[in-house]
Amino acid sequence: MTAGRLLFLLPLVYLAIFFVYPLGSILERSLGGESGFGFDPFKVLLNDSYYLGRIWFTVWQAVISTLLTLAVGLPAAFLFARYEFPGKTLLKAISTLPFVMPTIVVAMGFTALFGSQGIVNSALESMFGLDEPPVRISNSLTIIFMAHAFYNYAIIVRIVSALWSNLDPNLEHSAKVLGAGPFRTFYHVTLPMLLPAIASASLLAFAFSFTSFGVVLVLGGPEFATLEVAIYELTAKLFRLPLAGALSIIQLGFTYFFLLLYSRFQEQSVVRMDLKPREATSRKPVRLWDKVLVIAMVLVLLAMLSPLIALVVRWITFDGGFGTAQMANLFSDERRSYFHLSPVKIIWNSLRFALTTVAISLVVGTIISYFITNARRRWRNMADALVMLPLGVSAVTLGFGYIIALGRPPLDLRGSWLILVIAHSLVAYPFVIRSLLPVLKGMNPNLREAAAVLGASPSKVFLLVELPMIAPALLVGATFAFAVSMGEFGASLILVRAEFTTMPVAIFRFLGLPGASNLGMALGMSVLLMAVVAVGFIAIERFRYKGVGGF
Amino acid sequence: MALLSVSGLHKSFSGVSAVDGVSFSAETGELLCLLGPSGCGKTTMLRMLAGLEDPDSGTIEFDDRTMNGLAPQQRGFGLMFQDLALFPHMDVFGNVAFGLRMQKLPSAQVQARVQELLDLVELGGLASRKVHELSGGERQRVALARSLAPAPRLLMLDEPLGSLDRALRESLQNQVRRILKEVGVTSIYVTHDRDEAFTMADRLIFMNHGRIIQTGTPEEAVANPADGFVARTLGFKNVLPGVVIDDGEALKIECSVGLITVPKPPGSGTEKGSEITLLVDESGISMSGIPADKTPDGNLLQGVVIERVFRGDRYEVRVQVGKGELYCHTVAGAASGPAQSGQSVTLAFNLGSVRVFQGGN
Repeated sequence: MTAGRLLFLLPLVYLAIFFVYPLGSILERSLGGESGFGFDPFKVLLNDSYYLGRIWFTVWQAVISTLLTLAVGLPAAFLFARYEFPGKTLLKAISTLPFVMPTIVVAMGFTALFGSQGIVNSALESMFGLDEPPVRISNSLTIIFMAHAFYNYAIIVRIVSALWSNLDPNLEHSAKVLGAGPFRTFYHVTLPMLLPAIASASLLAFAFSFTSFGVVLVLGGPEFATLEVAIYELTAKLFRLPLAGALSIIQLGFTYFFLLLYSRFQEQSVVRMDLKPREATSRKPVRLWDKVLVIAMVLVLLAMLSPLIALVVRWITFDGGFGTAQMANLFSDERRSYFHLSPVKIIWNSLRFALTTVAISLVVGTIISYFITNARRRWRNMADALVMLPLGVSAVTLGFGYIIALGRPPLDLRGSWLILVIAHSLVAYPFVIRSLLPVLKGMNPNLREAAAVLGASPSKVFLLVELPMIAPALLVGATFAFAVSMGEFGASLILVRAEFTTMPVAIFRFLGLPGASNLGMALGMSVLLMAVVAVGFIAIERFRYKGVGGF
Repeated sequence: MALLSVSGLHKSFSGVSAVDGVSFSAETGELLCLLGPSGCGKTTMLRMLAGLEDPDSGTIEFDDRTMNGLAPQQRGFGLMFQDLALFPHMDVFGNVAFGLRMQKLPSAQVQARVQELLDLVELGGLASRKVHELSGGERQRVALARSLAPAPRLLMLDEPLGSLDRALRESLQNQVRRILKEVGVTSIYVTHDRDEAFTMADRLIFMNHGRIIQTGTPEEAVANPADGFVARTLGFKNVLPGVVIDDGEALKIECSVGLITVPKPPGSGTEKGSEITLLVDESGISMSGIPADKTPDGNLLQGVVIERVFRGDRYEVRVQVGKGELYCHTVAGAASGPAQSGQSVTLAFNLGSVRVFQGGN
């Protein structure tokens, strides 16, 4: 048991060194000043109608973004949870791609699709003989909402469908036989049981929309600044560090408040239920109605993915050269590439950072999840909200914190790729927790006891009984950890050294260079990133069938 | 016209037929038992009746209306699942009230009806319990109350007591039958347990490999099982496939326990060379410890006792005879004394207890 207690210390130490300490250092630096820590910056902010407006805007845009994300994500979650159809694994992998794409790539995709010379406008103009582009949503709220939904709907799909696919279909059948139509069956039976997962996923979507930075900066334009953008401007443009620090703390406070609300709700909504293996719940679309439904939902998904498709199209048609020239460029001439790094090396960097991130996140996330599940009720909500806090801290703030705190003795990690992986894992492990907790809370405690009585040691109980049951949830967490690391841009840009360049950083650097050739290479690298991530997702999904198996 | 009439129902899953041309009917208030081994198509049958599965062909008529194509919620039937499928996020009251709320009854009526049902299943005080706080037997009764609450026109129960221990199952069987009869609902009860079927049923339907083999009252079925499968399902142990080797004035039959001679039954199908099934009542075999030196009429068989089980009023003795086995009963305390394992015995058949069915099985 003492060994078990010691195990719980691991994530505490990890959080203390890599989250609390760097964050504290940068806040101390910005708020401390010569006259000591003061509340003056807070007074300035709270009396300034501009910053109050930013706070309000950040909250309501996150709420609407989350609702929109849910509206798009839930039908897709249903599709993946309940139907078997050809190409499902591939589609599932592709549909998670948006979550991984760096902001700049997404912005390129949206511009390629909806820009004044984008695919949609060109098509509409030639179809109806218009002189001006009919769709004008660049630099508008609409495109921010669309981009947020585009980014985050994969979170809903993954987390909700993991639970949905394990719900006993006889519950729905019972409701139907008792006289409930499809809508009321969903509302009274399916929805309440999915609620823990929906809340988990919504929280993550909300957190990402709340701390949104790149999307708002690139697609929205100056009048739509979120708190994160305001912090960035105060830090990088206006050099008013005390105000930036105060605003960071306010943002953190809001995040903690929402997290606390959420975990209170989560506590009440969890019901103990018997989960069914997904083999018993999914079906092939045999009825005509099922087929129509599946085809319709697949089409909607493809529409969702259209910004990425637009990007691929743009790459293929780039310079009339089918993109092959750029791809060849990317691979052929090492000296011409900006950092004297071959693309293979850049891909390898991204991959090994991502895999290490997955490993760290799984260990930390699993231990914390067990800790929270077994904690006393009084502490549970607080602990749950606290360990999610890294989601509410901007990558930029954290990145600067690392440079200040971890770049000096006693802990000098400058120049080590570990610092990058740790930064990634801080954003990644909350995903493991969110997908794991509902399953752990719903697990029948008798199973653990039954195995123990049958003579299994605690480690055997975990390996042979619990691990197979939590495997699908771990897999979801691993997928997101992988995705977070592959797509992370803000912290990477600040922390990375040339030889550790990752794919998103490379894309950013290509875009920063003039010339069509560099744009072509940026497009090529973006397509490559999509391909690598898709292959990674499929590999993780396959692992399920070979290894621990599907529940 | 019967209340429920099913005709020519077919259903196959990826080429394998689960239900293969099933026809039967049920009268108002009747309690039918669907009896058969697992995988025989019972559950698929119920799911089609409930509307959860579309039949490939065949019709389901209820109260002179065709049910085919009607959604489950439009049929007004009830179905109690084997795993019960109680809603884990609702309490007992919420579960029982669900169907009533779907009918949009005013809440006072819902309240009254739920209380009535909970009293009926003797769970009156447990309305606010959570589902996971209930014992196995309580869950079963909540599921029954939930199925009965909206007053279904037809109630189907899919092995509802399958997961319970024997004592609880037996006490619940009587309770369930009493409740179903009290309510007067037409019911189809699926089970693979003979005793349960005998307790519950007005009429039995035997299913095997997706087909109906026999229908009838329990008494009719026991008096006249249609084939070896039905006989075995009814608990007969001496069911022996054999071949007719002589059809003179009596039938000479070769089977695993040796040569048996029986009077020729009326009708055809027992000509020389045809495959038949013999059914020998356990109580119709007498056993003696003295080895017979000769078997004059072919119905004295030599064997060795394998196993003996005391059943209170009798011994059940399993005897190895030739390549096969026979079961027989001896009255406890009989003068001859019970045979011991390993002892050689002679078995004699009472010809009245031997029946011959056409077809091997």
